[in-house]
Amino acid sequence: MLAYGFMQRALLAAILVGVLCSALSFFVVLKRLSFLGAGISHAALGGIAIGLVSGVNPVLTGSVFAVTAAMTTGYISKLGKVSEDTVIGIFYAFGMALGIALIGTFQGYYPELFSLLFGNILAVSKQDLQLMAVVIGLILLILVLFFKELLAVCFDEEMVLAGGLPVSVLYMGLLAAIGLTVMISVQLVGVVLVAALIVIPGATGQRLCTNYRGMMLISLATGLLGCTGGLVFSYYYPVPPGAAIVLIMTGLYTLSLAARPLITRRRVEIRGET
Amino acid sequence: MEPVIASNNLSVTLNGKTVLEKISFAVRAGEMVGIIGPNGAGKTTLLRAILGLIPLNCGTLKVLGMPPRRLKTVRDRIGYMPQRQLFERRFPLSVSDVVAMGLLTPATMLHRVAGVQERVAVALQSVGMEQYGSRPFQDLSGGEQQRILLARSIVRKPALLLLDEPNTGLDFPAQQRFLDLLRRLQLELKLTVLLVSHDLVSVTSVADSLICINRIMHVHGCAGEVLQSPGLEAAYRCQFDLLNTAARMEGDRK
Repeated sequence: MLAYGFMQRALLAAILVGVLCSALSFFVVLKRLSFLGAGISHAALGGIAIGLVSGVNPVLTGSVFAVTAAMTTGYISKLGKVSEDTVIGIFYAFGMALGIALIGTFQGYYPELFSLLFGNILAVSKQDLQLMAVVIGLILLILVLFFKELLAVCFDEEMVLAGGLPVSVLYMGLLAAIGLTVMISVQLVGVVLVAALIVIPGATGQRLCTNYRGMMLISLATGLLGCTGGLVFSYYYPVPPGAAIVLIMTGLYTLSLAARPLITRRRVEIRGET
Repeated sequence: MEPVIASNNLSVTLNGKTVLEKISFAVRAGEMVGIIGPNGAGKTTLLRAILGLIPLNCGTLKVLGMPPRRLKTVRDRIGYMPQRQLFERRFPLSVSDVVAMGLLTPATMLHRVAGVQERVAVALQSVGMEQYGSRPFQDLSGGEQQRILLARSIVRKPALLLLDEPNTGLDFPAQQRFLDLLRRLQLELKLTVLLVSHDLVSVTSVADSLICINRIMHVHGCAGEVLQSPGLEAAYRCQFDLLNTAARMEGDRK
């Protein structure tokens, strides 16, 4: 399998995106931003369409659109006049409608469209991979540097604000990271399925762990297993990689649902013995 | 001696609506003051104004001798316990992790916080929860969680402690235990405490004085005076037996 250059690049991309999505998913789940992830991924279609009809790299225009949509959602909801889910719902529909309108109006041949809608990890080029590595490295560096502050913002924003920390900057940074991650991951699983990558790893970790370190590790394991496992599965069976990745991650989350009662019982036993 | 909090004609407008108007009061060092009033009276807004989280429309406010624009110089000396329902209860943190979050300040960004374990241990000991450090926060009862959040708010050894509805969601015995603990800590640590509550009975049992607001300040004085004052009924816009009950309880306590 790894004799092919495209499979080597695909595996590297799967590992990079798996790590990034796991790290970000941790915060998405704890801050209850799952719907934001789904909304931004679908809204990104508007940005992708702008790129396709204007001849600019659709990943670039989609990224700008996704980051702008994520930060605007955060800003409007922070004003307190409109609830966050309402803003997301509007952006979700607006981005999709804009994308459909542009592609319908400027009818042409857009070979990348199908890949961006449903993902095509096997088409990742060396340049894509290099750019991906740089952007992912930067996002992970920011998450690591401000980990304790971001964790505190997710837990109790009001207390962190009272402590004098720049909560708005941290929150907007997190939203921008979600927007970028969505667009990076779109190349693997497509606009339609990308929300799963930034929700399922963290959700699996939260089901199984009562401390954040464990949750992060389980999230990482779920993201890596899902991304690499889905790729390997699609090599041997005629299933598109994007769908295989999401199906494996969903399977892992289902396993965590079954394992939770066992873990809870074990914890109670241990506490009873000590 | 300068008051710990000095408010003079403080007014706050949010989204075009005047939430607080001409609020004047002073809190002396070592005092425990209860802020009471009906739902939507502006109690939490007053706390947030004191914390410098929302701008004043007019009037002056000094906290630990500093006006709002210079509050960051004394922020380390202010402890805050926000309302409990504002955060996710099933968050995967240990008790120690929660208390350690109270040590985060702008100065600790990009830096390791010094002496975390020792300071967390001291705070947990203060609230009688030293055995719980490694326990998952989500496994604790509501009353235990409140004690941990109290430990978090005092971990920086503040001079001023602000609490927003700390008794919400607790049954009566748990409320009493919490307030007893608060009173003990106030005396031991020489804290000045501002306690927001809509529950007259519980606040009356611990506060040295009460401030009753409903947009404007209706009455400020010692608990006995406030409970007998017609200003209290004006603030709550109703007559209710609870006032008498609370007053009786206050009398019993004295």
